[in-house]
Amino acid sequence: MTIERYVAPETLEEAAAILSQGGATILAGGTDLMPQVHSGKLKFKSVLMNIRRVGELQGISMQGGMIRIGALATVTDLLTSNVVREKLPALTEAADQFASDQIRNAATVGGSLCNASPAGDVAPPLLVYNAEVELVCKPDSGMKVRTLPLAEFFTGPGRTRMEPNELLAAVRVPVPKAGYVARFVKFGTRPALDIATISIAIGGVKKGRALHEVRVALGAVAPVPLRAALTEAVLEGKALDAGLIDQVAAAARDEIKPISDVRASAWYRQELVHNIVKRMLTDVAQG
Amino acid sequence: MSLKVDISFKLNGVARSATVPVETSALEMLRDALGFTGTKYGCGEGECGACTILVDGASLNSCLLFAVDCNGRDVVTIEGLDAEPKAEAVKKGFVDKWAVQCGFCTPGMVVQATHLLNQNPNATDAQIRRGIEGNLCRCTGYVKIVEAIAAARDAAPREA
Repeated sequence: MTIERYVAPETLEEAAAILSQGGATILAGGTDLMPQVHSGKLKFKSVLMNIRRVGELQGISMQGGMIRIGALATVTDLLTSNVVREKLPALTEAADQFASDQIRNAATVGGSLCNASPAGDVAPPLLVYNAEVELVCKPDSGMKVRTLPLAEFFTGPGRTRMEPNELLAAVRVPVPKAGYVARFVKFGTRPALDIATISIAIGGVKKGRALHEVRVALGAVAPVPLRAALTEAVLEGKALDAGLIDQVAAAARDEIKPISDVRASAWYRQELVHNIVKRMLTDVAQG
Repeated sequence: MSLKVDISFKLNGVARSATVPVETSALEMLRDALGFTGTKYGCGEGECGACTILVDGASLNSCLLFAVDCNGRDVVTIEGLDAEPKAEAVKKGFVDKWAVQCGFCTPGMVVQATHLLNQNPNATDAQIRRGIEGNLCRCTGYVKIVEAIAAARDAAPREA
């Protein structure tokens, strides 16, 4: 279909109202949209809505016990945010390993999540930090907001639970407790502009030698960025000695059922997960 | 027939208006409609950096930017870097260090290096290498390019 109307709303309510009429392609940073259109993976709808001028979707701020990352925050905004660096360092790490400077300057957090790549770089750390997404719509005269845990947001490659009339307005992350440690590792053939072969985020509250309230998230090993519940259960609350680290690494390898593709075979992905989980936990134990 | 949209923006310091097909990239607009051919089309998907421009002071791949999204913004291409001292130093570095071979990546490299040194005037060699990770060069092996940017850095008085 060809584009019949181009709109660049400046308020969230305007944007939600346009979406409620149906049939709009959303443009934010454009770094995914442009190649997807060129490759034929995505067809424009009759309305192209550029949301980049919507004020309510910008910025990163602390609100009570939550860090609110506006959907239009760029990856560079994540990388240079003091709040993120101080409270969510694993997210800073993921932002640092994201594509290239030019793409980080354009790509948005909301766009990265809504494109729902299984290998998206910001999803694993956000899953570990227990993020939720804020979805807005305007079904009638009033605005409606619902929040959804990020862990329930993804349903498949490029697919999410967001309704066609909804817009992802923000990601909200609870400020981690004192003693919270988190790590992120992305493995690719080169640091820049590479889609992750696998990525891993691990986080928990460190008390003595053990991690509590553990979350483990894995990228590029399943149709969606994944919480590894079985691995988390093995790790939860037990002293991080060499024996436990081996058990957790083995559990992570056995929990995933990755596919073989151009970037790696399933076997190699499982071995990577095993070895890198081991390296990350050894680092946490020594830190 | 695709929808056309009127936009106005600043291009290299000068106010411009253009009527652009809505799905056109900023790169196509710059090269084909406005004749600013210093910005190069390399891969068309943000991998090579040959199309790097500055928009509101940030470096972007113009092949991934919708031309309509230039509306109201401040766009600078390689042609607009003439008056900028940092860019002059980068260009001199490229000449002095023989950092140009075929030259196709050079405009994008110069724009990105200028952005890098504007953000971080004391960038280490390692930070320079990281700063140009979104720019591919198939000739030089990057050694001369990194030397050129380092020379531009060293040519300026150190900033605190």
